[in-house]
Amino acid sequence: MFAYLVRRLFLMLLTLFGISIVIFLLLRIVPGNIVDILFAAAGYVDPADKANLEKELGIDQPLVVQYLHWIGGFLRGDFGYSYVSEKPALQEILPRIPITARLAGLALLFSASIGIPLGVISAVKQGTKLDYALRVISLSGLSLPSFWLGLLILTASVAMFGQMPIFNPNPQTWLEAFATYAVPAAAVGFRSAALTMRITRSSMLEVLRQDYIRTARAKGASDAAVNYHHALKNAILPVITVIGIEAAFLIGGLIVTETVFNIPGVARFLVEAIRWRDYPIVQNLVMLIAVVVVFANFTVDMLYAVFDPRIRFTD
Amino acid sequence: MRSVIALAAIVALSVLTISTTALAGEPKNEPKQGGILRMYHRDSPANASIHEGATYSINVPFMPVFNNLVIYKQDVAQNSMDTIVPDLAESWAWGNDNKTLTFRLRQGVKWHDGKPFTSADVKCTFDILMGKSQQKFRQNPRKAWYNEVNDVSTNGDLEVSFNLKRPQPSLLALLASGYTPVYPCHVSPGDMRTHPIGTGPFKFVEFKANESIKLTRNPDYWKEGRPYLDGIEFTIIPNRSTAILAFVAGKFDMTFPTHITIPLLKDVKSQAPNAVCTVEPTNVSTNIIVNSTSPPFDNIDIRRAMAMALDRKAFVSILFEGQADIGGTMLPTPQGLWGMPRDMLESIPGYGPDVNANREEARKLMQKAGYGPDKHLAVKISTRNLAEYRDPAVILIDQLKSIYIDGELDVVETANWFPKVARKDYMLGLNLTGNAVDDPDQSFYENYSCGSERNYTNYCNKEIEKLFDVQSQETDLAKRKKLVWEIDKKLQEDVARPIIFHARAGTCWQPYVKGVTVMSNSSYNGYRYEDVWLDK
Repeated sequence: MFAYLVRRLFLMLLTLFGISIVIFLLLRIVPGNIVDILFAAAGYVDPADKANLEKELGIDQPLVVQYLHWIGGFLRGDFGYSYVSEKPALQEILPRIPITARLAGLALLFSASIGIPLGVISAVKQGTKLDYALRVISLSGLSLPSFWLGLLILTASVAMFGQMPIFNPNPQTWLEAFATYAVPAAAVGFRSAALTMRITRSSMLEVLRQDYIRTARAKGASDAAVNYHHALKNAILPVITVIGIEAAFLIGGLIVTETVFNIPGVARFLVEAIRWRDYPIVQNLVMLIAVVVVFANFTVDMLYAVFDPRIRFTD
Repeated sequence: MRSVIALAAIVALSVLTISTTALAGEPKNEPKQGGILRMYHRDSPANASIHEGATYSINVPFMPVFNNLVIYKQDVAQNSMDTIVPDLAESWAWGNDNKTLTFRLRQGVKWHDGKPFTSADVKCTFDILMGKSQQKFRQNPRKAWYNEVNDVSTNGDLEVSFNLKRPQPSLLALLASGYTPVYPCHVSPGDMRTHPIGTGPFKFVEFKANESIKLTRNPDYWKEGRPYLDGIEFTIIPNRSTAILAFVAGKFDMTFPTHITIPLLKDVKSQAPNAVCTVEPTNVSTNIIVNSTSPPFDNIDIRRAMAMALDRKAFVSILFEGQADIGGTMLPTPQGLWGMPRDMLESIPGYGPDVNANREEARKLMQKAGYGPDKHLAVKISTRNLAEYRDPAVILIDQLKSIYIDGELDVVETANWFPKVARKDYMLGLNLTGNAVDDPDQSFYENYSCGSERNYTNYCNKEIEKLFDVQSQETDLAKRKKLVWEIDKKLQEDVARPIIFHARAGTCWQPYVKGVTVMSNSSYNGYRYEDVWLDK
C-alpha cells in the first residue's frame, strides 16, 4: 500500500509538471498579450510605449526564462503580481476561492442529495409514470444550459416577486449564506444532479438484476433493506466516479453561473484574467485547480477501497 | 351682513388653508444630504487612472475623485465653450497674442491625503501628459491634445500658464473634459492606477477587480455643501441581462450611463414603469476604416463606390428603431455643435436621400474599376468581437452586395484588433470612434491628422491638414463652423473614414434619484456626481 501511494504521488507530480508546461505554452499561443489589450483599451498602439511595458512586465524575456521564473515562484508560494490590478496575485486569488468552493460544494451536495435518491426511486419504480417523470426531469437537466436556467430563474424571480437574489459577500448567518448560494448552486447543480440520477438509475438497475439481490429478497429482506443496503451499496461506485469527474467539470458550469448571478468567485475571475492575458493570475490559478483535480482523482481512487472491500491497492 | 362676514371668513380661511396646503404639498426641491448611490458598472476597467484610459468605463467611476482646472457645467446637458466653469482654477485669461492661457488657482484646496494642492501639481500633470517629465504614463492616449503647448509654467503656488506655439482657443474645451483631471505630484502614476488621490467630491475607497468600486464623501471638499451623497458604490456586472434585471428589481438606483440599448429600453420601461429614462447621443460614431495602402481599396473609385452604397437609414432603423443620427465626422445637430447643415450633408455623394440613385452611381464606379454582375469583388470585413461592432458589420456586408462586393465577416478578438489595424493586415474594418469632446480639434487632429496614433488608416492630406490649423486658430465661432463643415465634407468625399451613424443610448434611474444630467454631446464629461442627491 505504501509503495503504491509513493508511486501515485510521483505520478501526480509528473502530471502536474506536464500540466504546468501545457498551461504556460497554451497561454503564450493565444494571440495577443496584456500589453496589446491595455493598448486596445486605450485605443491606440505606440510601439515604444509597448516595448517599455513589455519590458516592465518581463514578457519580453525568452519563454524558458519566463517559465522558470514562474514555476520557481509557484513552488516557493510566490505568485507574483497581477498585471491588471498590480496587486499580489495570491491576494487576488485567495479571497475568491472560498466563494467558488462553497458554491461548488453546495452544487455537488445538491447533485448528490437529489440525484442519488431520485435515481434509486427511478430504478426501483422502473416503467412506472414516476420513473418516466423523473427521466424527463433528468433529461431536461442535461439539456438545459446552466446560464439559460440561471437567467430564467432571475427573470422569473424579478417578474413574479419583484426581487432578485443578489450576491451577499459577507453572510452573517448560515441562513444568509444558504440564501446567497442556494439558487446559483441549484442552477449549476441541476445538470450534475440529472447526470447523477441517470447513472444511479442505470447502475441500480444492473445491480437489481443480480442473483444476490434475488437471494436477499428470497430470504425475506424488506424492500428498503434490499434497495439501500444490498443494491445501492454496490451500485454507488460508478456514481462516485461520476461525481468525482463532475467536481472537476463543474468549474465550466460555474464560470457562466458566476457571471449570470454576478458572484465574484474564482471561476469568473479566471475568465476575466484570460481575457486580459493576466499571466500570473491565469497560470497560478489553473495550476491550483490542476492540483485540486489531481488530488480529487486520487481521493476518489482511495474512496473505492472504502466502498468496495474487493479493491485493494498493492504493488 | 353676518352671513357676508361669515362667508368672507370662510373664504379667507379657505384661501389660507389652500395656500398652506399648497406650500406643504409643493415638490421638495431642496437637495438632501446622505445616502449611498448604488450603480452597476458594465465592466471592470483596466485600472483607476483616467489619464491612461480611453473608455468611459474609467471616467464614470473615477471622475468624482478628481477636479479639473475647468469643467463643463455638470447640470447643463450640452457641452460648449459657454458652459465651461471654473473648477480648481478660479478664473482664466488669454494673453494678448492668444498664445498664453493663464489660470488663477483656488486657494486652500487639499488632496485627499491632506497635502495642499498647488500650481506645481498642474505643471506635473501636464508635463507627464506632454512627455516632458521623468515620470511616464504606461499609456498616454491623449498626448496629441497638447501638441500646440510649448510648456506649462508656474508663477507662485496659485498661478499657472499654458504657453502655446500658436493660438488654440479649443485648449480650454480639452481642459474641461472628464479626461483631463489634475493629478498630484507626490503620487506616482503607478499608485494612481491602483489608489487614485484627487481633490474631488468623493474619495477613493476600494477597487476590487470584477467586483466593485467604492467611493466615499470627501468631508473636506472645497465646494461647501457638496457633495450631497455619502458615497457611491459601483457593482461590476458585465452581464447586461443580469445588470438590468437587478436595476428593475430595485437593487440599483441607476444604470450604467448610456448602457441601455434602444430595443432594451422598452423592456426596462415596461418592467419598471416608474424609472426615469433618457436617450442621448453618445458621440461615438460607427464608421468604416479602409486600408487604402493595398489593393483593392487603393483605388479611390472602389472606396467611393462603397461609401455611396451605404443606406444609413436602414442601419438606424434596424439597430436603433430610428433613434440614431446621420452625419459626418462631427456629431449632428441639434445635440452636436459642429454638425453640417442637412442640405450640405445631403450634397455629399452617398448621403442623398435616394439610395437607389446613389447605388446606381456606385455600380458605375465599380464597373469602371473592372467589377460587375459577372465579376464580384470579394472582401473581408474585419471587426471586433463585440455586438456593437458585429451587428452593423453584418448589415454592411448585406448592403455591399448591391454593388458587386461580396463581404465576409472577419471577427477579431480585442487583443488583436489594434495590432492588426496598425500593421495594415485588413481590407475593410468596421470601427467605433468615441469623441471625448465635441470639438473639431479633438476629432480632426486625433483621427485624421498625418501621423496621429489614432489615425488608424494613416489618412494624410496636407491640404486638409492646413485647414485643420486654420479652423483651430479661428476665434470667430460662425467662421470656424463654416470651415469645420467644409473640412468634414472633404473628409467624407475623400472616404477617409466613412461615417455610418452616430449612436444613441439610454440611461435610467429610480425616481428618487435627483440631480442627474446625462450629457447630450459627450459620453465622457458628465460624471462628477456632486449635484446628485437621493430624495428618500
